[in-house]
Amino acid sequence: MTLIGVSILTFVLLRVVPGDQITAAYGTAAGDLSPEQLQALEAYYGLNEPLLSQYLGWLGGVLTGNLGVSATSHLSVLSMTAQSLPNTIELAVLAIGIGLVLGVPGGMLAASRPGRARDQISQLTSLVALSVPSFLLAAAVSSWLVNTIGWYPNGEGYRTLGEDPLLNLQQMLLPALVLGISIAPPILQTTRAAILAVRSEDFIRTARAKGVPARRLQVRHILRNALIPVVTMSGLQFGFLLGGALVVEQIFAIPGIGRQVLLGLEQKEYAVVQSTVLVIAVMFVLVNLLTDVIYRLVDPRVRVQ
Amino acid sequence: MSTQRRHGQRTHATVATALAASLLAAGLAGCGSGGEDSADANGTLVFGISADPAQMVPWTATSTQSIQVLSQIYSPLINTDADGVPEAGLADLPEISEDGKTYTFTIQDGVTFGDGSDLDSADVKYTYEKIIDPASSASSASYFASVAGIEAPDPQTVVVTLKQPDASFVSGLTGVNTAIVPSDVDPKSLESKPVGSGPYQFKSRTPNESITLTRNADYFAGEPGAATVEFRIIPDEQSMVSSLKTGSVDVAIFDNPVTAKTATSAETTSMTVDSLSYHVLQLRATSPTLSDPNARLAIQCAVSRQDVIDSAALGSGKPSGPITSPEYRSDPEAQPCPEQDLDKAKDYLAKAGKPNGFTLKLMTSQGLYSTAVDEAQNLQAQLGKVGIKVDVEALDSNAYVERWLAADFDAAIAMNGGSSDPNTMYSRYFTKAGSFNKVAGYSSPELDKLFAEGIATTDTAARKPIYAEISQQLVDQAAWVWLFTPEMYVVSNKRVEGLEERADASIATLWKASVS
Repeated sequence: MTLIGVSILTFVLLRVVPGDQITAAYGTAAGDLSPEQLQALEAYYGLNEPLLSQYLGWLGGVLTGNLGVSATSHLSVLSMTAQSLPNTIELAVLAIGIGLVLGVPGGMLAASRPGRARDQISQLTSLVALSVPSFLLAAAVSSWLVNTIGWYPNGEGYRTLGEDPLLNLQQMLLPALVLGISIAPPILQTTRAAILAVRSEDFIRTARAKGVPARRLQVRHILRNALIPVVTMSGLQFGFLLGGALVVEQIFAIPGIGRQVLLGLEQKEYAVVQSTVLVIAVMFVLVNLLTDVIYRLVDPRVRVQ
Repeated sequence: MSTQRRHGQRTHATVATALAASLLAAGLAGCGSGGEDSADANGTLVFGISADPAQMVPWTATSTQSIQVLSQIYSPLINTDADGVPEAGLADLPEISEDGKTYTFTIQDGVTFGDGSDLDSADVKYTYEKIIDPASSASSASYFASVAGIEAPDPQTVVVTLKQPDASFVSGLTGVNTAIVPSDVDPKSLESKPVGSGPYQFKSRTPNESITLTRNADYFAGEPGAATVEFRIIPDEQSMVSSLKTGSVDVAIFDNPVTAKTATSAETTSMTVDSLSYHVLQLRATSPTLSDPNARLAIQCAVSRQDVIDSAALGSGKPSGPITSPEYRSDPEAQPCPEQDLDKAKDYLAKAGKPNGFTLKLMTSQGLYSTAVDEAQNLQAQLGKVGIKVDVEALDSNAYVERWLAADFDAAIAMNGGSSDPNTMYSRYFTKAGSFNKVAGYSSPELDKLFAEGIATTDTAARKPIYAEISQQLVDQAAWVWLFTPEMYVVSNKRVEGLEERADASIATLWKASVS
């Protein structure tokens, strides 16, 4: 249902926005086209068909595994997605990894002495990290690296992990770092709040009274129980990264799924945008499903229910 | 579950090691590049572009990137020199009959397409007829509006007959949009695998990433310098600058002077080139607000073109009159108010019966080019000084194009492309029958007569006074307010040699450049 809703919304939005494939491709030169030429173009792009049959035609194609063809690159959206989606997933995984590495220990640190210096410092740092726009951070970090050590692997032309792992990881480093820094703050805040909440629960007091060593108490009793909201938050962020890494993909020339949508929007390639947005929505649903599965692993109580 | 956690730890360690190793490798690679000077016959030249070319068939190519890429793969019948003036290409400059209606082209000997087949008159005839065919939706069809017929009497000769003399006909044959395609290849297949007679041949394409071309050793004009040319897509300007500085991209073109400046370093050089295109405040004389020429002249006199250049275009550009064609360029000073003259502007307002000014709706675009919104805001401030209140409407590029084509505006900020031929530049706008006359909003019987005279005169010297007169009428009536021609910046690595400085930053002679 959600997916049908997403597809209808995308379809309608695309057509409400002014302009079509002809004005996108020809710009003001479209005024030089004769009426016969315009007719030929409308037939070529399928713009002369009624909206409902355009939608049903696309939906029918999707249901039979045909996501449409890009009129620009003459490739099927399916093969374009097969190329771009793994890149975005890799980027999202690395970014979540960095976000967790920064956010969870940060949250633990902040929660260890609430209200004191280390709490305030980590909260302030996370606030700053949250406030700096990713495009600014990306530009600042990359131009600093270029001007100091002359290192900028993203200009080399993108290589996938399979083609050239060494170069690929270099190319992923900066974008993953920038994205990781932007998702670390919510993870940090969630971790901190969850730890504080768990710590005030009765079973922790009991465990402490029973003489459980502090380290074991921290990891096995507090952190493990505090992880559930962190998993939720990470799942949400991961889903967001699949579609929302667009800016960073654009800056660092990573041919991911966000750029595929953007390119489709610029060229008014309806099939590309509709199908790619649908793919992103499916991924989002899958990630939510995966989050639920991880719950079961982290929290035995969910399994029992 | 515990195995899972261990697995996770191991992966992290591996990633960390790989990252450290790759950083180290990058550092070492950076030290290794030596300083050789001689041209490398097997070298690869990487040209940075900001977007994937949207069209791959010459006659539909409209995006800058498409034109850049296709100009390496295809050749037009007639070339242009560095200023954009027609010169011999695949064919010599044509012999024109006395009555100016028959053009005879002689194709050079031994020209071949990338697939090895000969390029002869049949291919030229085929290409031009394909462009004229409405089913091709060619953006260049209008260049052939006066063509009556195309003949190919022998393999080397093409004869074009015109319905009436058309002095701008040859300049229409110089661009990628009229480049010659092979008659025996299905145009549909050209979309994914272009075949032309240009200096390079298509090798491979990865959407959103790159297009790779290899040298055409049989190129008719000479041996291309680099063995391979790669067009690499880097959407972000700052990222392009970084890539130039680290040497992973060899050449890129910028229109923003600040970006071009940051890209210039010890390793790169920047070349400033003039453009034939022009920035203009389009006024529609047919709209009620602007129907009185005095109202339009008031706007012209209230505007300092240098101020627009200095503030909106960051100093990059030259004040301009209507015509930018090198041989026919308008004198930028020849207009009612060469400099801002607020008193004169107020006089014109009084003559228009609006001594306290009026409200002007001004449309501009976000995204078509970088300075459009700033120009609108600058004009808003300038016109405010004489009481003309400007309402700026900033539209997304598609919405702007739609409103522009529908002539649904009073005034608009525009950047229009120029041409080496003045008729090509303006007859579409300022003749009654022109395809964009509704958009331009101004025409007059005198202008129609002058344009007809200009196109019927093939001798350049005789044409000059005609277009000078056209230009003068346009500014005297303030049909539009012409602002400036922009400058462009071609930034390249020191290892690139032989890059030619050409108007409009055209890369038609990129093949002369080599890398060391």
